Amino acid sequence: MPTVTINRKVLDRIIGKKLPDDKLKDRISMLGTDLERMDDSEIVVEIFPNRPDMLSEQGFGRAMCSFLGVQTGLRKYDVKKSGEKVIVTKEVKDVRPFTVCAIARNLKLDDEKIREIIQVQEKLHITFCRKRKKAAIGIYPLEKIKMPITFTAKKPEDIKFRPLEANREMAANEILEQHPTGKEYAHLVKGLKKYAVFQDANSEILSFTPIINSHKTGKVTDATKEVFIEVSGPSLHTNEYVLNILTCALADMGAQIYSMEVVYPDKTITTPNLSPREVDYSLDFLNKTLGISLNHKEFKENMEKMGFGVEKDKVLVPCYRPDIIHQVDLAEDLAIAYGYETFIPELPKKATPGEEDAIEKFRKKVSILLAGLNMLETSSYHISNKDLQLKKMLLKEKDYVELANSKSEDYTLMRYSMLASLMQILGENTHNEYPQDLYEMGYIFRQDDAEETGVREDLVLSIVKCGPDAEYTKIRQVLDYLFTSLDMKYEVKEASHPSYMEGRCAKIIVGGKDIGYLGELNPQVLENFGVSMPAAGMEIKFWVIYK
Amino acid sequence: MEIAKKLHPLERKVLPHIVNHSSISELAKVSGLQEVEVMRACQWLENRALLTIKSEEADVIDLDINGHEYRKKGLPERIFLKAIAEKPHTMSELSKKLSGEEINICIGQLRRIGAIEIKKEAELVFSITDSGRKLLEKESEDERLLKKAFPLKLDTLTKTESLAADELLKRKQIIKKDRRIERTITLTHEGEKVAKENLDIDLIDKVTPKLLKSGDWKGKEFRAYDVEINVPRISGGKRHFTNQALEYIKSIWLELGFKEMTGHSVHTSFWDLDALFVPQDHPAREMQDTFYLKTPAKGKLPEKELVSRIKKTHEDGWTTGSLGWRGEWSSEKAKENILRTHTTVLSALTLSKLKKEDLPAKFFAVGKCYRNETMDWKHLFEFYQVEGIVVDEDANFSNLLGYLKEFFRKMGYPDVRIRPGHFPYTEPSAEVDVFHPIRKEWVELGGSGIFRPEVTKPLMGYPVPVLAWGLGLDRIIKEYWEIQDLRDSYKNDVKQLRDFKMWLK
Repeated sequence: MPTVTINRKVLDRIIGKKLPDDKLKDRISMLGTDLERMDDSEIVVEIFPNRPDMLSEQGFGRAMCSFLGVQTGLRKYDVKKSGEKVIVTKEVKDVRPFTVCAIARNLKLDDEKIREIIQVQEKLHITFCRKRKKAAIGIYPLEKIKMPITFTAKKPEDIKFRPLEANREMAANEILEQHPTGKEYAHLVKGLKKYAVFQDANSEILSFTPIINSHKTGKVTDATKEVFIEVSGPSLHTNEYVLNILTCALADMGAQIYSMEVVYPDKTITTPNLSPREVDYSLDFLNKTLGISLNHKEFKENMEKMGFGVEKDKVLVPCYRPDIIHQVDLAEDLAIAYGYETFIPELPKKATPGEEDAIEKFRKKVSILLAGLNMLETSSYHISNKDLQLKKMLLKEKDYVELANSKSEDYTLMRYSMLASLMQILGENTHNEYPQDLYEMGYIFRQDDAEETGVREDLVLSIVKCGPDAEYTKIRQVLDYLFTSLDMKYEVKEASHPSYMEGRCAKIIVGGKDIGYLGELNPQVLENFGVSMPAAGMEIKFWVIYK
Repeated sequence: MEIAKKLHPLERKVLPHIVNHSSISELAKVSGLQEVEVMRACQWLENRALLTIKSEEADVIDLDINGHEYRKKGLPERIFLKAIAEKPHTMSELSKKLSGEEINICIGQLRRIGAIEIKKEAELVFSITDSGRKLLEKESEDERLLKKAFPLKLDTLTKTESLAADELLKRKQIIKKDRRIERTITLTHEGEKVAKENLDIDLIDKVTPKLLKSGDWKGKEFRAYDVEINVPRISGGKRHFTNQALEYIKSIWLELGFKEMTGHSVHTSFWDLDALFVPQDHPAREMQDTFYLKTPAKGKLPEKELVSRIKKTHEDGWTTGSLGWRGEWSSEKAKENILRTHTTVLSALTLSKLKKEDLPAKFFAVGKCYRNETMDWKHLFEFYQVEGIVVDEDANFSNLLGYLKEFFRKMGYPDVRIRPGHFPYTEPSAEVDVFHPIRKEWVELGGSGIFRPEVTKPLMGYPVPVLAWGLGLDRIIKEYWEIQDLRDSYKNDVKQLRDFKMWLK
């Protein structure tokens, strides 16, 4: 989860007082953020993905300030008209269809504030903007730009400028191949015939979005007093929220926000719109959901602690809160304001019948029988590999279920044979005392078109007896004891199976159906697993014996 | 019980001799037992504090192959001198009595001290001198040493003896040096008393079927055992320790009136994620967290009606009252097969089949979930989760806390707290912490919340509050058996499986 680093002095200034560490720690976790670490100068908190508005000092401070009751209720953000335009050409429609823009003036930037602007931009990019896929932000010193600005798309060969952190002009494809930021985000424009750029009235390229700004017109310094801000991407409402979150943070830093007219071929929109959204609510519903009974006044006070405005039958949702999409989302904020620690646990006295899964119950019975035979139950991973599950067992089947993206080469295949997993366990226990008699019940995986996923998961029981005396009779006795105890009839028929020794292997048949094999393990299999003790084993489809 | 009657027959045989003998070899000789038997008896007696065994390492000399022979026949130089004292001998005559090598050594040695004269005729002829005759009259230091009782401790030798030993050690396989453990057996005060008792008593050692049938035991005494002594370990068959814990956890939910859900590990993203209103661009769906399948990569979607509800809910909220995620929902993405990321997928499946007339209803599941992690001591790619849902028109957030508190109370964690949390499928959401009674700190054990209407309405057709939680179990299991490395829970070390205590809650 993303973290945000907060300067404690800034936070103290925002909330207007200095809280003792203990109290602050407690409030941080009860606000719905996770404290990662705290020292005298800094606090690092994790922000849940539904609250991108808290990914800045200003945003976190604003929320904490309301939560502590210092400044509650809806905050009004004043947007003045700049009259400036951003012209969106039809070329961007298939490349990067939307942008929303704003101007911020009266910025009194210092290193601290610049660092903060970079932090919020980065954090939003990583999280809410889905690594710039859903939206990308550009911030430019206004004094370097000649209005109006055009948002258009150009052929790669027509794009040439000096990107940030580079010492020369580069062509678009050169940036994607050589510039560190270009290489990192190149996949976002892969396959596009044209790339999206912002350029000013002098045809000076401001940025190649979502990749990088120009060094000349896209670098904010402490001399910058005014900035042009754009957010572009495939989702208009995401762009809007990103711009709102950003401009509100700048406004909280003391900037004055100005709107711009974004002129699309078919319409013109004025952005940003920092006024709140109205959401219907039912106090009955919210009370019932939480199991509490607040009156309207208490409800209002609590919601104001979360930065909302409350009217008679509407809640005013701040423009920086994209997560409120249903009134249940208000319930959570209400619960946070009310205090998670305040809820009284209540176990309903309603009777419902409990019921254990029938197969699970049967599994336990089988376990009792096998433990009575001095066998140890093992518990192996569901994920294994082809070498172990098939090759070492001398199996040549192809209906295995393979993973696409495992991080470890040893774990790439869903368990194909439970007996293979038991053999591996024997191979890892050669230093321990014999006999080693093991069993495990679990799923094996096969491709099967009849299933919804194309994967059949069979519950199997596998048993292996390993030690100087292990041989066919010993495993056959186990099978016999098991079926006799379960009051079931079975037959065995001579059979051939690569994992077992020829002439000492049989098929197990119940009600005319093959349910598995038993026999002495092929010495080659023993050697493959590094076991130098005889072993006899079996694997049967469990669900068949359950039926 | 008097000690004498507890003694094993071997102990009874050895004990009286310890009064006069203190080494294992001597005791073996006088008792007629083998050395190992004596040793075993002495160890038992030592355990009973009747004697002490003092072990000392010492450098000793012992007879070697030639030494044994020379002790009987005499040293080669004596044989040589004796022969030529009778009459001078030629080389070939001497070689009937001694080996060539021995003759050469004797010539060298005896000539150096002027004990022999050598003449060269057709062959070399050896005759004795006066000083040679003198030598024959008395025993040499070497010979005297050779006659002593071996092995000899080096530090008990006199100065002349040790000089002789040095000489003999230079020669071929007469004596050898060795490091030995010398055990000295001494009776304790108690031991001396017992040794004086009559130990030659007729006790029955083993109860046999023959003895019982014949009735011969009647009127006789049985040897008493030391019943307090440690015994070798045995072990039996048992369930894997994690399964013991899971069984108990299941029993808690069953007692609380929950029905068990079970199901597959492989699901389409549709059931694991889309049905739970996880947006299609959510980071949890990225390759690095979730295991995707290569073969078969995609599955089928369920009935059209349900798919279209889910699609609409994602895109614009459908009739749930939600705005939805406001992006395009791809059915191809929903078909991707994955390993279940949470047992919550089972809850989604259960809700899709639940009839309104069966409410209220409660369900739980205990099962493995998967996360694409690189394994280390605190991360596994397979982990256990316990899942619970309560489907009830009247269910609320306070009830959720009530169920969690009851569960953890039965698990041995009486203090439970919730903190605000976030999951795409619940609102409100809460992280669940328990207070660790030993570590005295809050420990995070899972997530919980009330399913969003965007989850319940498309699946069930109507919105009903559904309380839900998913709690991690591996941490509890690890703590109970004091496992440091999470991987050890699935190591299946046979010794560990045999030795681990049971789940005792």
